[in-house]
Amino acid sequence: MTTLLALHFLAAGVAPGAVRLLDRRAFWLLALVPAGSFAWLLPRVDDVTTTGDPIRVGVPWVSTMGLDLDLVITPLSGVLALLVTGVGAIVLAYCGWYFRAGDTEIWRFSAVLVAFAGSMLGLVLSDNVFGLYIFWELTTVLSYVLIGHNPERAANRRAATNALLVTTFGGLAMLGGLAVLAHEAGTASITGIVDAAPRGTAVTVAVLLVLLGALTKSALLPFHFWLPGAMAAPTPVSAYLHAAAMVKAGIFLVAFLAPGFSDVPGWRPVLLVVGVATMIVGGLTALRQIDAKLLLAHGTISQLGFLTAMVGAGTREAAFAGLALVLGHALFKSTLFLIVGVVDRSTGTRDITVLSGLHRSMPWAMVATVLAGASMAGIPPLLGFTAKEAALAALVDLGDVAGAGAPFVTAGVVLGSILTVAYTTRLVWGLFGPSHGHGPTAVTAPSAGFLAGPLLLASLGLAGGFVGHWLTPRLATHAASFPEGAHEPELTLWHGINLPLILSLVCILGGLALFALTRRTGDLVRRVPEAERGFNAVLRAVDRVSVEVTGRTQRGSLPFYLGVVMVVLVAAPGTALLMSWGSVDLDVTVAENPLQVVTAALIVVAAVLTVRSRRRLRAVLMLGVTGYGTALLFVVHGAPDLALTQVLVETFLLVTFVLVLRKLPPLFSDRPFNSIRWIRVSIGVLTGVAVAGFAAVSSASRVAEPTGPEFAGPAVDFGHGKNIVNVTLVDIRAWDTLGELSVLVVAATGVASLIFLLTDRSMQPGRAAGENPPTRRVRAWTKTRRRQAEDDRSVVLEIVTRLLFHSILIVSIYVMLAGHNLPGGGFAGGLIAGLALMVRYLAGGREELDAAAPVDAGAVLGLGLAVAALSGLLPTLLGGGVLQSAVVDIPIPLLGELHLVTSVFFDIGVYLVVIGLALDVMRSLGGGIDRHAQQQEEATA
Amino acid sequence: MTINLALLIAIGVLVACGVTLVLERSLTRVLVGFVLIGNGINILFLVSSGDAGSAPIVGLSDEPMSDPLPQAMALTAIVITLGVTAFGLALAYRAWQLTGHDDVQDDLEDGLVRRRAELDEASSTFDELDETVPDEDGSDVAGTGTPADTTTKDGD
Repeated sequence: MTTLLALHFLAAGVAPGAVRLLDRRAFWLLALVPAGSFAWLLPRVDDVTTTGDPIRVGVPWVSTMGLDLDLVITPLSGVLALLVTGVGAIVLAYCGWYFRAGDTEIWRFSAVLVAFAGSMLGLVLSDNVFGLYIFWELTTVLSYVLIGHNPERAANRRAATNALLVTTFGGLAMLGGLAVLAHEAGTASITGIVDAAPRGTAVTVAVLLVLLGALTKSALLPFHFWLPGAMAAPTPVSAYLHAAAMVKAGIFLVAFLAPGFSDVPGWRPVLLVVGVATMIVGGLTALRQIDAKLLLAHGTISQLGFLTAMVGAGTREAAFAGLALVLGHALFKSTLFLIVGVVDRSTGTRDITVLSGLHRSMPWAMVATVLAGASMAGIPPLLGFTAKEAALAALVDLGDVAGAGAPFVTAGVVLGSILTVAYTTRLVWGLFGPSHGHGPTAVTAPSAGFLAGPLLLASLGLAGGFVGHWLTPRLATHAASFPEGAHEPELTLWHGINLPLILSLVCILGGLALFALTRRTGDLVRRVPEAERGFNAVLRAVDRVSVEVTGRTQRGSLPFYLGVVMVVLVAAPGTALLMSWGSVDLDVTVAENPLQVVTAALIVVAAVLTVRSRRRLRAVLMLGVTGYGTALLFVVHGAPDLALTQVLVETFLLVTFVLVLRKLPPLFSDRPFNSIRWIRVSIGVLTGVAVAGFAAVSSASRVAEPTGPEFAGPAVDFGHGKNIVNVTLVDIRAWDTLGELSVLVVAATGVASLIFLLTDRSMQPGRAAGENPPTRRVRAWTKTRRRQAEDDRSVVLEIVTRLLFHSILIVSIYVMLAGHNLPGGGFAGGLIAGLALMVRYLAGGREELDAAAPVDAGAVLGLGLAVAALSGLLPTLLGGGVLQSAVVDIPIPLLGELHLVTSVFFDIGVYLVVIGLALDVMRSLGGGIDRHAQQQEEATA
Repeated sequence: MTINLALLIAIGVLVACGVTLVLERSLTRVLVGFVLIGNGINILFLVSSGDAGSAPIVGLSDEPMSDPLPQAMALTAIVITLGVTAFGLALAYRAWQLTGHDDVQDDLEDGLVRRRAELDEASSTFDELDETVPDEDGSDVAGTGTPADTTTKDGD
């Protein structure tokens, strides 16, 4: 069974390719998948329905959550699976004639439709509630795409969105309900839940939530409005999704659960009342339609109501009749939709007030329509008649369980059936009979293959009427899960003269009379409540609320947002700080080392000057002072690694700032010295005080010993390094470092794209964005080989940096490798190498940088990340965990042994990423900006 | 544990100055403030990690060593600051290229939403119910005709 599902999704994957090769003929090939599934299922379903023993397969997935791919063929799901695959195969084959040759949209359509068929099969076969939900929502999403097949009409887009919103709303409610049921029953298996049949308030609520899902999916009142809109889909989709498959999902679900839950409070009232009401409303609106497809859509709503009432009634007879009706409905309703498609393609219209004289020009289409219509109206000797007889018999005996309401249900169904006969006659007459004031419609004769599908389905409906004795025991296997009722249900053409037969006659005669009455006006009731308006009002209200909320909270001002963040920081944790202030014992000393006082004073002065300076450059220089001061504090504190990195970063940052600032105006834009500024300063001061307070209290309230020093032992024993900080980076907390590397790669790529890609696009407006892949930026850049103007160069500096360059690189490699036991490591080493590149650029411009590093910065970044990631995987080959350090001793002749720790490779990755970042920054903010300036000069010259 | 007043003051001033700058509109100032805050917070990591000590390198000294864990965290923070600041500088340069200054403007779209809120309107993506009928063929867009003669690209 899992293979069947896999085949469907595989076929969906190759469908676009097949369409490209074979055009619309690809549908015939694709139809083989559901057809093959049907052939595979048929003997097994025959077995299961005769013996009653389900066939199960299970693929464990997330068993701890109860989420497994469990599939089961039960007497119920087997019949439904046959419907889904059988009708699916016919509809897919029909598509091969329906679409026009060379239609450019069918590559997508074919894939989605086949995937839908697979999801639908999964939905009916799934025995796991969560699996069921996944397939359920897959059908929802795929049907959204199918309904929105032609998105060029606003109405189509809205129809697709409505269907999506309504069914996902119900789907989510259902998920909640199913989760509760699974929890209460202690199993996620649907058959298990039905067998356990738990009870209680939680179960009642859960069942009602599940029913909400079923009602929305099956387009019952008051959610029925999405179905007519869904007729925006191509007609084969309507035939499949909106007749045989998706809208039946809700009915399937009700049928699955009915044996265990039909006497839960609320189950019968909801399903019977809603079902019968939907049947009547759908019938009334169907009578008003002039578009044959819409008439069928409203008729489908009506029928879905009927089916829901029957499968939900929860008696053996009703369940039996319900299943027979589902079978009959799938056969006749898809026939009718397919015929409407044929008529539409042959005449160019579906308007039944215009179509005229088709009984002569399309006789075979009429044969299929009359057979299917008779089945829908419940006229002997079709399956629709025998099923409806069984249904009426079940309703007559419903009083035993449903009490006093039962006669009303019966009366409602009879009324609905009268309407059904009337709109069926209207459809058949409208399509094939004469139309007042219209001559015979011009027809392009449909090919035999186009008509084969509907004719086959219609004749199955005819055959079904005669094989009642064969169908009865097979359908009764499912019904046997209900307690025995007043009579044994049976599908037969002749029961003798009894109440159901009389009711059937009343329906047929009443329906014909109603058709005769309403033929001219087509209108029995002027106004039917329009649920879509209500739905739209709800949508509008939600939209308005979100606009108000967004308008009030999203001011769009960065300073405002940051200010709010800071004020919250001061207000919330700050209050906690004040409240705990007295309870902490603060042991304050001025400083541990006189150097700290001097440095702190320096930092304070520099920081204040940074704020006060109106020149950009001065602000940045003062920033540098605070940075070097911070490094000094690190040294005093006993953090040489930090100090080293801080000094290197600060230097790099300073140069980077200057590279950008050379383009920006020297002064900050003048801003008035107003109250806003005072607010800024006060928020700043408050935050500063609060953070200093946090620092004081958090270090004073420490009770446990820090864990850091305990790293010493493991660092040597497992990390094989003496520098604990470095071992922490490359081993103990290596996942952190790996994450950080990714951030660096993203930032570096971001810098490069801001400078190169966007400007390239703005300078060459004719080029589309997609034609400019990121890897081309460097190649394009290196092409502009133009020596820098002679007066810009300092030959001495250039030569000296060239001489020093390689020595610095060797130092950087040493720092990286030595970092395992001494201060240093990949970050420091990479930064040193980056500074070496920076010096080359500063001395000789971008050509010099290019000569120094003739590589793509992106490649260096990628290589670095790959090396780090792979070195994390390497220890798994040596029997360790991911990112664990392992030692490899490689004997080297004469020299002894090379003691190699695998985390060195991780550090090499870090080293490369940092160099890549430096290279990207230099190329973009250095060389890139140079190039812009040059281009501007050339443009003005 | 003793609290080091000098470091505390340095933290407070760095954060205060940083926040003041971050609340400005000039992107350069915002970035400078960002780095200031970063420096302050890195010192905070040290202060809350405990007393100063010898370098956390095994076998270097017999003195008690400083806590290596916050150092490793601060080290990554320093390098991340470098990456993010470089990105911010590229943004500032780009802003200058496009607008001639590097001030962060109020978001235009947010302003439009606020206007809608004041006018009691629904959002721009909200489709009001109209009388058009869904259909498989045809188009609302004038001049595109039926799908058969539209030349929409089929995705390659």
